[in-house]
Amino acid sequence: MIRVLLLIAVLGLAACAEREQVADFKKGKYQGKPDTPAWDNAPLAYGGKWTQGDRASWENQIKTRQLGQNEDVRISQ
Amino acid sequence: MARMKFLCDAERCIECNGCVTACKQENEVPWGVNRRRVVTINDGIVGAEKSISVACMHCSDAPCMAVCPVDCFYKTEDGVVLHDKDLCIGCGYCFYACPFGAPQFPQAGAFGLRGKMDKCTFCAGGPEPDRSEAEFKKYGRNRLSEGKLPACAEMCSTKALLGGDGDVIADIYRNRVVRRGKGSEVWGWGTAYGPGKPGAQPPAQQPSRGKS
Repeated sequence: MIRVLLLIAVLGLAACAEREQVADFKKGKYQGKPDTPAWDNAPLAYGGKWTQGDRASWENQIKTRQLGQNEDVRISQ
Repeated sequence: MARMKFLCDAERCIECNGCVTACKQENEVPWGVNRRRVVTINDGIVGAEKSISVACMHCSDAPCMAVCPVDCFYKTEDGVVLHDKDLCIGCGYCFYACPFGAPQFPQAGAFGLRGKMDKCTFCAGGPEPDRSEAEFKKYGRNRLSEGKLPACAEMCSTKALLGGDGDVIADIYRNRVVRRGKGSEVWGWGTAYGPGKPGAQPPAQQPSRGKS
């Protein structure tokens, strides 16, 4: 009985999983189309800074730009 | 990071078409193709007019990807839906599948040829080497590879159009909605310049101090 309940629980939870919607980047290709991840580019001489090839640092740079869109933090304090 | 998304605040959009212009200028989009456009409902009806800026919404489960017969679409790790113009045959299936009318087809040539599909790339270019001339000619500028966000969102004068990680821009929008209230508070003096001191009047209502 316990095994059956465990099986039901496992199968039930499996339905809650989110299917991966973004294909992995394999051998320089997304779903067979060649492309380069944005963070693999060197930062420009001017503008934002990140470490080439380091996704986390690029995401930090992008997040800084994203938060720059929130003018509520600059006014109405 | 979650997924790159656009979010347009209909309370703020003033139909200036600055996003459309920014997109066209940044990506040198050809004549007759609009990767982004502003849609207005209840046009001319006072108090009921709303505008929203629409382009490719970079769907998580994109119908254009599902229907493409030559499988020219792909999605990056940031959730940006891109396509390969070398594979595209210009059939137009993606246009029928897209609920936003995002795919565009250049109508060039003497016989009204339907060219290869063109759409918003979230300023992320395409399969060609990043920042290359070939990429720019086919897909426009690759601002993500420069550590920047799409030009339309960053150019928006009223910050109605937000672009970026869905979680981050949803937070910005949520805080905005909570703070601004409703009715005349939505875009009034306090929202623009802050509440100031309790009981203070806006400068326009203060007595004149004489000529300056």
